[in-house]
Amino acid sequence: MPEAPTPSRPMPAAAPGADPRVDYSPPVGDTVKTTTCYMCACRCGIRVHLKDGRIRYIEGNPDHPVNRGVLCGKGSAGIMTHYAPARLRAPLLRVGERGSGEFREISWDEALDIATGWLRNVRETDPRRLAFFTGRDQSQSLTGFWAAQFGTPNFAAHGGFCSVNMAAAGQYTIGGAFWEFGEPDWDHARYFLMFGVAEDHDSNPIKLGLARLKERGAKFVSVNPVRTGYSAIADEWVGIRPGTDGLFAMALIHELLRNDRVDLDFLARYTNAPWLVVRNPRGPDDGLFARGGDGRPLAWDRARGVVDASLADLSPVLVGEVALPDGRKAKPVFHLMAERYLGADYAPEAVAERCGIPAERIRRIAAEIAEVAFDRPVVLEQPWTDVWGRRHERMVGRPVAFHAMRGISAHSNGFHTCRALHLLQMLLGAVDTPGSWRYKSPFPRPIPPGPPPAGKGAKPNTPLAGNLLAFPQGPDDLLVDEAGNPLRIDKAFSWEAPLALHGMMHTVIGNAGAGDPYPIEVLFMFMANMAWNSAMNPGEVIRILTEKREDGEYRIPRVIYSDAFFSETVPYADLILPDTTYLERWDCISLLDRPIGSAHGAGDSIRQPVLPPDRDVRPFQDVLIELGARLGLPAFVKEDGSPRFRDYPDYIVNHQRAPGVGPLAGWRGADGTKKGVGEPNPDQLRRYIENGCFWRDHLPPEQAYFKHANRDYLAGAKAMGLVPNENQIVLQIWSEPLQKFRLAAQGHGPRQPPMHLRARVARYCDPLPFWYAPLEHAGQDTEHFALSAITQRPMPMYHSWGSMNAWLRQIMAANRLYMARARGEALGIKDDDWVWVESRAGRLKCQVKLMEGVNPDTVWTWNAIGKRAGAWGLSPDSPEAVRGFLLNHVISEWLPAQAASAPGHRLANADPVTGQAAWYDLRVRVTRAAPEEAGATEPRLPPLREPPGAPPRPEILRYDASARRGRGGRRSRETIGD
Amino acid sequence: MTCLPDIVPGQKKLGLVIDLDTCVGCQACATNCKEWNASGHSGPLPDLHPYSAGAEGVWFNRVHSFEAGEGERGRTVHFPRSCLHCETPACVTVCPTGASYKRAEDGIVLVDHDLCIGCQLCAWACPYGARELDEDEGVMKKCTLCIDRIYNETIPEAQRQPACVLTCPTRARHFGDLGDPESEVSRLVRERGGYALMPELGYAPVNRYLPPRRPADAGAAPREDTPTPMDVTNPLLRWVDRVLSR
Repeated sequence: MPEAPTPSRPMPAAAPGADPRVDYSPPVGDTVKTTTCYMCACRCGIRVHLKDGRIRYIEGNPDHPVNRGVLCGKGSAGIMTHYAPARLRAPLLRVGERGSGEFREISWDEALDIATGWLRNVRETDPRRLAFFTGRDQSQSLTGFWAAQFGTPNFAAHGGFCSVNMAAAGQYTIGGAFWEFGEPDWDHARYFLMFGVAEDHDSNPIKLGLARLKERGAKFVSVNPVRTGYSAIADEWVGIRPGTDGLFAMALIHELLRNDRVDLDFLARYTNAPWLVVRNPRGPDDGLFARGGDGRPLAWDRARGVVDASLADLSPVLVGEVALPDGRKAKPVFHLMAERYLGADYAPEAVAERCGIPAERIRRIAAEIAEVAFDRPVVLEQPWTDVWGRRHERMVGRPVAFHAMRGISAHSNGFHTCRALHLLQMLLGAVDTPGSWRYKSPFPRPIPPGPPPAGKGAKPNTPLAGNLLAFPQGPDDLLVDEAGNPLRIDKAFSWEAPLALHGMMHTVIGNAGAGDPYPIEVLFMFMANMAWNSAMNPGEVIRILTEKREDGEYRIPRVIYSDAFFSETVPYADLILPDTTYLERWDCISLLDRPIGSAHGAGDSIRQPVLPPDRDVRPFQDVLIELGARLGLPAFVKEDGSPRFRDYPDYIVNHQRAPGVGPLAGWRGADGTKKGVGEPNPDQLRRYIENGCFWRDHLPPEQAYFKHANRDYLAGAKAMGLVPNENQIVLQIWSEPLQKFRLAAQGHGPRQPPMHLRARVARYCDPLPFWYAPLEHAGQDTEHFALSAITQRPMPMYHSWGSMNAWLRQIMAANRLYMARARGEALGIKDDDWVWVESRAGRLKCQVKLMEGVNPDTVWTWNAIGKRAGAWGLSPDSPEAVRGFLLNHVISEWLPAQAASAPGHRLANADPVTGQAAWYDLRVRVTRAAPEEAGATEPRLPPLREPPGAPPRPEILRYDASARRGRGGRRSRETIGD
Repeated sequence: MTCLPDIVPGQKKLGLVIDLDTCVGCQACATNCKEWNASGHSGPLPDLHPYSAGAEGVWFNRVHSFEAGEGERGRTVHFPRSCLHCETPACVTVCPTGASYKRAEDGIVLVDHDLCIGCQLCAWACPYGARELDEDEGVMKKCTLCIDRIYNETIPEAQRQPACVLTCPTRARHFGDLGDPESEVSRLVRERGGYALMPELGYAPVNRYLPPRRPADAGAAPREDTPTPMDVTNPLLRWVDRVLSR
């Protein structure tokens, strides 16, 4: 984000004249508290003004590094989320059949007794039979740790259906990632390419940054099938076909190589371009790096031949074949890379039609990028020292910055597409250099970061040691049994998805329903709307959750769910643990999870309660810690078996993951003077609160760039515990872990994939990025289903978290299917027509809006606006339920029928490397509905019954925290939040 | 009918300058306005049927999104709309009770709710749709330029701005005295070609909109390097003898 201070605008008006009708200086409130917003995942700092115990006003915190005083449309509407009638009010126990919505309110004691009983039984017999999955959880360092303590490998948050392609591709390539783990150098970039950002991640920092870029006259190019939001203010909009971004990126690479417009110095110094790759076709070492006796990679020096690749005075030969000392043949990575992308397959002419972008336009954009990168570098007169100890007098950067997100992530070719974008950055010398994309702290990290995922050897009453979600380096690290079958219920880290770093929440219920690889006993979920918008094919999820075995027991016998609101998933659980709103709780935005660090240094933050709950609800993390103590999980009890932590804030301050390392990095040590590593400080939370609920570190200017090879930066990062050593982090064009999986699939090594997956693993675990058509498209008639269908995120809504908000739902209460005007007219479809959207998985009915700014072969809609009748505290006739719709109903969670070689075996509709849910691979056919079919969406599931104790819906809402007037409304007064 | 104050030389004209080059339609200005004003000078801003069909409330600031032009050359426009605080506002002159008034000291157009009878003549008269009927109280409400913020001595000076301006994540909103040619907002209007909305109607709106900037010039003509014959046979060869060092 730009580092400029918040502009202080001069007050334009002197004291006004007397106007008895105006009170110029009413106090805003009687109390103001800082905390962290949670109206989306952006983690902005807010100041909450209270008046007489009610919320008067929520504003952006001007001192906060994330949002610097601004606050988006969601954050500014937080009052209405906090007071929403859809809030759950007390623990609930199901008394009717699942889905009937028949619950009774119970006490917390009873609720915790029941949960403990169910969980203890599982832990004492087979802990794998607990599947614990959380949604948009910002406490994964706690929830993941709790799951490991419990002893189940079956834990993840929602990343598998969100952004794991970005995280995995980035962390295995450049040691950082787009997503929230990096940021364009908004202050120096001269050319900004944004790929597939559906108005999400990183909300306010991107908005602030775009304004800064435009003010400086940089060119902003948005590559996106849809021209809304950020794309609307781009200088150039490239309306690409969904799923072809990788081809476009590789055509740009082709052009840069063809014109010799690549930064060879950057490649030689900072990437593995000079490393030698063994060429031994069909051999067990083919495609692995040539290494010396000490295991270090080798390079080909112009004068000395084959030498250690890390030598400071290496003069690498990048092209050709060399004989290694042991006689094997090897080629430099650069050679193999250039050979691939100079191939005719990646010429602009070859990709133009598929991408929907003319070849000359691709060539022009490549030329523009090259011109900015190489003819207009950014030079900062800032000395720095590299990992070889050499001082440089200035920092020279390539001011072409990239950002990419959902439109890349949500495809089954997203991992390789994202790697292609990182390769493009490396060729330009545009990774953490002035003007380019930059690492946000705590990145960069070693590639890949260790250690591998825990999860092998689960047994009763025994914790699993290590992180359940971590980083495989090769076949030995996969979570599979001797036969190669998955150990996890979601099949993450198996041969079906070896780099499923974030788990695969989208497969959990489907796999549990099929008992594949084994049945589960308890499904425990937090804040994940799996019976609606978070599921591919919600109808199937509902079917499984309500399905019974022959003995009359449910297929998934116990479902525990925690949420703050009455979402569509609540009626399908047996036990509801009601959570608080974000303004009633402690939270910790931890360096162990997804912190708020920036390119300028590390940072983390907290939430503090600004109001006490007015219902019988408890913060989920408090509940989890209590359950941990009741179950006797070793880290949650003392020697005598009593609870180790009083509550979540006690855990935040006193839990140590490693000696001196805890959830918060700021003000550590007994006197609060240490950062990163230091003993717990009992005063830590007070220090955070005094500082606006955040902590940040400031890197000195000589550490601001080239962090992957910046000696002083790496030394500091090691001291703070961010990296394990001070070694250069060499950017990985050629990915050896992928090649190791490929070799196994080719029959090498002790751990090999099952036969039916070998061809798949060998094809998709390619050590260089490549493009393939989305997997969903194979095995179905793409002529019949001629249109791609995707979603965008409306900026004022965050997934399902907007419809219970009385203000936000006035902005958007129903969604349309948007379609290119020309395409609609060709199909005989007019504005406002009702249409059927049919895919191989099903069909839905919705209303059309024709538009200009969309790729002609694509239809799209806003995400998660459609709601099930009766949910979210809305009346069943609300537009969200009548006209709003979910595209999810026509998305299959499984790929089309698999090859005959593995009958009955089904594979997730996901990226074959990371397991990322491939939402945007969807293909549909759109036809006009009959006139008598107009007026309401389909499918429409039966209305949900509201939970006991749900408050009546007011006919009128007069929110006014001031409550100072005698002036009354003409209608009866029914006000929420009193 | 209600009279307007005399316009004097150097008349202070507080208003907004809205930058259509950077507005992404995020609705921050709309909801932040709503939350400030719900408990502010004109509050509450009631919402009818807030949790059912037909939800409709009072908003002082609404963002409209539409497309202009065809195909790739067209543009998606996000257009925030609120009271323009006209110099000669018809909503004031048409008011039968004197409830609508224009302030001499800063040009802000306000409504005195105690005098307003909710006849809606002002809403008919305003061509910009800036008037909002509070059906609950039976009075008209509208943008006050956050009159209870901009002079508010209990608020730090840098934050004495309308809520919509402070919260805007793309810094697309600016507040100031458009009567002062030396003010920051006047400079922006001059330099960026700011324009008034429908000036031909004669109400002399004070607020200005900044048009999209001319697309940034990346400065590159496509470089059509003709590959050499050597490149054509094996483009890799050109890098064989390239001497590189760290």
